[in-house]
Amino acid sequence: MKFTLSWLKDHLETTATAAEVADAMTMAGLEVEHVADPTVALAPFTVARIVSAERHPNADRLQVCQVETVDGMKEIVCGAPNARAGLTTIYAPIGAWVPGLGVTLVEKPVRGVVSNGMLCSASELQLSDESDGIQELPPEIPVGTPVAQLFGAEPVIDFEVTPNRPDWLGVAGIARDLAAAGVGTLKHFDIAVVRGAFPSPITVRIEAPEMCPVFAGRVIRGVKNGPSPAWLQTRLQAIGLRSINRLVDVTNLIAYDRARPLHVYDVAKLVGTEIVVRGGQVSAGADRIAAGTAEQIIALDGRTYAAEPAMCVIADAGGERPIGLGGVMGGVSTGCDEDTVDVFLESAWFDPIVTAQTGRTLTITSDAQYRFARGVDPASVVPGLELATRLILDLCGGEPSEVVLAGQAPADPTPFAFDPAYVKRLSGLQLEDDRIGTILGQLGFHIAAAPAGAAAPWTVTPPSWRRDVEGKADLVEEVARIHGYDHLPDTPLPDQGAPSRGVLNPRQARVRIARRALAAMGYAEAVTWSFTRRDIATMFGGGDERLVVDNPIASDLDCMRPSALPNLIQAAARNAARGHGDVALFEIGPIYLGDGPNDQRTVIAGLISARSTRHWAGTGDDALFTLKADLMTLLEQIGAPVAAMQLAQGQNLDWWHPGRAARLQLGPKTVVAEFGAVHPRVLKALDADGHMLAFEIVLDAVPEPKAKTGATKARGSADLPNLMPLTRDFAFVVEDGRAAGDLVRAVAGVDKALIAEVRVFDVYRGAGVPEGSKSIALEVVVQPREATLTDADIEALSAKVVAAADKLGARLRG
Amino acid sequence: MTDLATLELDLINAIGAATTVAEVEAVRVAALGKTGAISGLLKGMGAMSPEERREQGPVINGLRDRVTAAIGGKKAELEAAELDARLAAEHVDLTLPARPRRKGGVHPTMQVMDEMIAVFAGMGFAVAEGPDIEDDFHNFTALNFPPKHPAREMHDTFFLKPDPETGERKVLRTHTSPVQVRTMMSQQPPIRIIAPGRTFRKDSDATHTPMFHQIEGLVIGRDIHMGHLKTTLKEFVARFFELDDVDARFRPHHFPFTEPSAEMDIRCDRPKPENGGKLVLNQGDDWLEILGCGMVHPNVLRSCGIDPDQWQGFAFGMGVDRLAMLKYGVPDLRPMFEADVRWLAHYGFSAFSAPNPASGLS
Repeated sequence: MKFTLSWLKDHLETTATAAEVADAMTMAGLEVEHVADPTVALAPFTVARIVSAERHPNADRLQVCQVETVDGMKEIVCGAPNARAGLTTIYAPIGAWVPGLGVTLVEKPVRGVVSNGMLCSASELQLSDESDGIQELPPEIPVGTPVAQLFGAEPVIDFEVTPNRPDWLGVAGIARDLAAAGVGTLKHFDIAVVRGAFPSPITVRIEAPEMCPVFAGRVIRGVKNGPSPAWLQTRLQAIGLRSINRLVDVTNLIAYDRARPLHVYDVAKLVGTEIVVRGGQVSAGADRIAAGTAEQIIALDGRTYAAEPAMCVIADAGGERPIGLGGVMGGVSTGCDEDTVDVFLESAWFDPIVTAQTGRTLTITSDAQYRFARGVDPASVVPGLELATRLILDLCGGEPSEVVLAGQAPADPTPFAFDPAYVKRLSGLQLEDDRIGTILGQLGFHIAAAPAGAAAPWTVTPPSWRRDVEGKADLVEEVARIHGYDHLPDTPLPDQGAPSRGVLNPRQARVRIARRALAAMGYAEAVTWSFTRRDIATMFGGGDERLVVDNPIASDLDCMRPSALPNLIQAAARNAARGHGDVALFEIGPIYLGDGPNDQRTVIAGLISARSTRHWAGTGDDALFTLKADLMTLLEQIGAPVAAMQLAQGQNLDWWHPGRAARLQLGPKTVVAEFGAVHPRVLKALDADGHMLAFEIVLDAVPEPKAKTGATKARGSADLPNLMPLTRDFAFVVEDGRAAGDLVRAVAGVDKALIAEVRVFDVYRGAGVPEGSKSIALEVVVQPREATLTDADIEALSAKVVAAADKLGARLRG
Repeated sequence: MTDLATLELDLINAIGAATTVAEVEAVRVAALGKTGAISGLLKGMGAMSPEERREQGPVINGLRDRVTAAIGGKKAELEAAELDARLAAEHVDLTLPARPRRKGGVHPTMQVMDEMIAVFAGMGFAVAEGPDIEDDFHNFTALNFPPKHPAREMHDTFFLKPDPETGERKVLRTHTSPVQVRTMMSQQPPIRIIAPGRTFRKDSDATHTPMFHQIEGLVIGRDIHMGHLKTTLKEFVARFFELDDVDARFRPHHFPFTEPSAEMDIRCDRPKPENGGKLVLNQGDDWLEILGCGMVHPNVLRSCGIDPDQWQGFAFGMGVDRLAMLKYGVPDLRPMFEADVRWLAHYGFSAFSAPNPASGLS
């Protein structure tokens, strides 16, 4: 909303500048967006008088004028055809910035004659859109008069109103707060009652009191409508409103002045003598109208709206013809124009929720809708009507009827008990009771001493325009903001220090370790949307109806993601499309298995786009096994029970390569991670080229290390045997389908005390190994514990290794 | 010349002529091996009379020692030469590039979140969390948003499809404030928590993305008032921006879930050519909005089963991505979520720059 400083001064006695007013508004809780001061741009321009105008010696269309200016007589070259001796116009000196031309004037010859300034049109000063020659001003205006003053240009303050303060949607309401904040003195107006000369020929019947509990109106007959006087036009135009005609302008003026919307109907266009306020009607089915069709209204904005039963409709013709959307917009059929003679003036109160929903459903906004949706002062119904009557009589003449009043205004706010000591308790501000009482009083609150024996010493009644104030905390805000948040004390929180065991829970601590570990391993952390496209979600095991966003920001972000991988794959593909094919990304974030509060999981997802880059020393390690190493390192870093995990292949979910992916699990039901190559079909569906390797750990499935009993963090003694470990090599021939991991696990399990490690150092297929088989060479690391092993001991261990391998169908290679 | 002298001369010459360790070894075997010339002489000493042995012994032993020394010397010399030659042959061109390693990094939003957690941890705040998919109660009703109130509209809420069985419409949380509700409903005061996380609003332009991050704070105690709020937040902002002090102002505002409510601004000089295009804090005539805050509304406390006559406190919320942008001069919000590796490499943080009080936040 906008207002001008002079408008504010109608309500506030103050010497404050626009900047001071804006500051005070900000500190009272009104968010000032912008203070536009056109007087700054107009400052260089003053009124001047052309004394003589001669034809330019070297140009037919130019004249050389002698001009009486604020700077004395000046010779100015002018191209305007209306430049003539005796004309009073606008003068710009050398050095002035001419906003309409976007130039700063410099002293330079025009066709050989130096022009000592410029004579200006209104459009060159951006005071109008187009101009025909230089400005022609009335001759009585003295030379040197500032142009800003002439055009009523003044600062305009543009601000935002929070939804709790509908009273700030009128300049008078702002003045009240500013007066309380010490910016000036509030001017009080008594709104005089205008005596009606005859009973209103138009009556009002409310059929929907839940939508419109109170409706006041009166007829003013014999008015003369037409263009508004200059002061009213200027006032409205300064804040960006269009002047329409006197009757409509009066309603707009009061809407912005008092936050009191009104409406005017042309009585000649009304059918019947009764205004009916009701809900929208739905056709029961009639000629060419299907049953269930909502009634239609052509509103003043020229659009046609369907009024549903939940909307408030103003109707005439015995309630049959809809002529307006109550509290939102009037209809074209009964609008006032230049020919209006008798006018019916409406001042009503429409329910905020109904008005808000109507606005939303129909995507219709108006100054009235905006105000009613936030809550208009119910006590302003009759005073608003009287104020408008007075203005209409002043501007248009006419004779008013008596007021018709239907329904009853919503009850005034209820009084409640208040202890002024609560101001200090909640805000920390130490204020005298008197000061608290004064502030509340200036804001319109009524304070009474509570009856003896009451819980609090005061009983406070909020004013009718402050329905947002419901309790004692609200009063503290009123006092604190008016006294000034700048005065809040500096009070440190009681020192608790940092908790000695840190503030992160084990899962949060793991996330932090995982993030730093992956970054150290060369993965760049990405943060991607929690959404994906529903068919992609389905491809990754999600896409449940319950996880579909009803109002997505874009059609490809319409479903909560079941995995972080699709977003990473698409990100890698985007990078590849930009020429960066070799990327390693990770994301630690949520996935959504359902819509319940316990259905969210945290995943750690990593992705390598395995675009092999050429290197002089060859291709390097197999990327899939590098990824596996990264994953295992990561799991170890976050304290996962890596030794207890099983690696299962051939059971991965659909989006993994069936032969080049595996899962890590703690038993078949607890899948900790899946990793490997992404299925090419999935890559294709995501428009991703090439090969991509990935892993995804469901962090919630990784058991946390058991909390040690007792407070000790001691680690127990280290296992540092004195005896040298020794190694023995075995080569086994097994059928090709046998997993090396099975053989390693079998061999390692032969003697867990002695066998420290089993390494695979060769896998071979070819000559010497039967078709359909492969040779797996193992290095078994034996760690003697108590004594050096004898040859016999080692023989016995070897025999057990061979026997264990034999159970898997592995035979020692000859 | 005696035979021994001849032998010595021959051996010394042979050693001198040797060009490889193997040739020296051949001379050693010929002289000192089992059947070598000197070995034969030494063996012959056993058959000598004591007088002869007294005379010949030192001569033969001397010969053996000199030849042994010569062999040792030559061998060392040749080994050194051979090592030199081998090493010379092992030359590699170290100007060749190493195999490139990928440079990983931490996302600026996450880094800043860690920084904020570090600052608040130092003030005794625990870290709480809650789900991204919320119900109407936790996201709105318990936070004193009346049903159908215009304030709800300002949140540009994302809704999930109605549950086919119950018809309930879940929302994507529009702020981290529901975690306040969850915390107060599950734990007794006093409370001192922050709640970082993802938040969602249906908004997309240069300064808004449909998903972003917030950190919520909540302090509940017997006598926590706005003075505590002011000092805590000023302290936080100073530590976060690594300033000694901060020129802040608290401006009245409206949030349904706090009363009184405020927004906190920091004095600043906005980026312009005169200051090198950088945002300068604590100077200038402009104010930069940093966060929203206020005293927890009595209705919110009541919704959570806490008696507002016994307990009171403050809450605050701030945009993590935006503060990351402000602190580290990230010009645009949208690339934060686009995973462009060039952007991540430029704005990302080292794995080893975890914020801590010793080295500072950043």
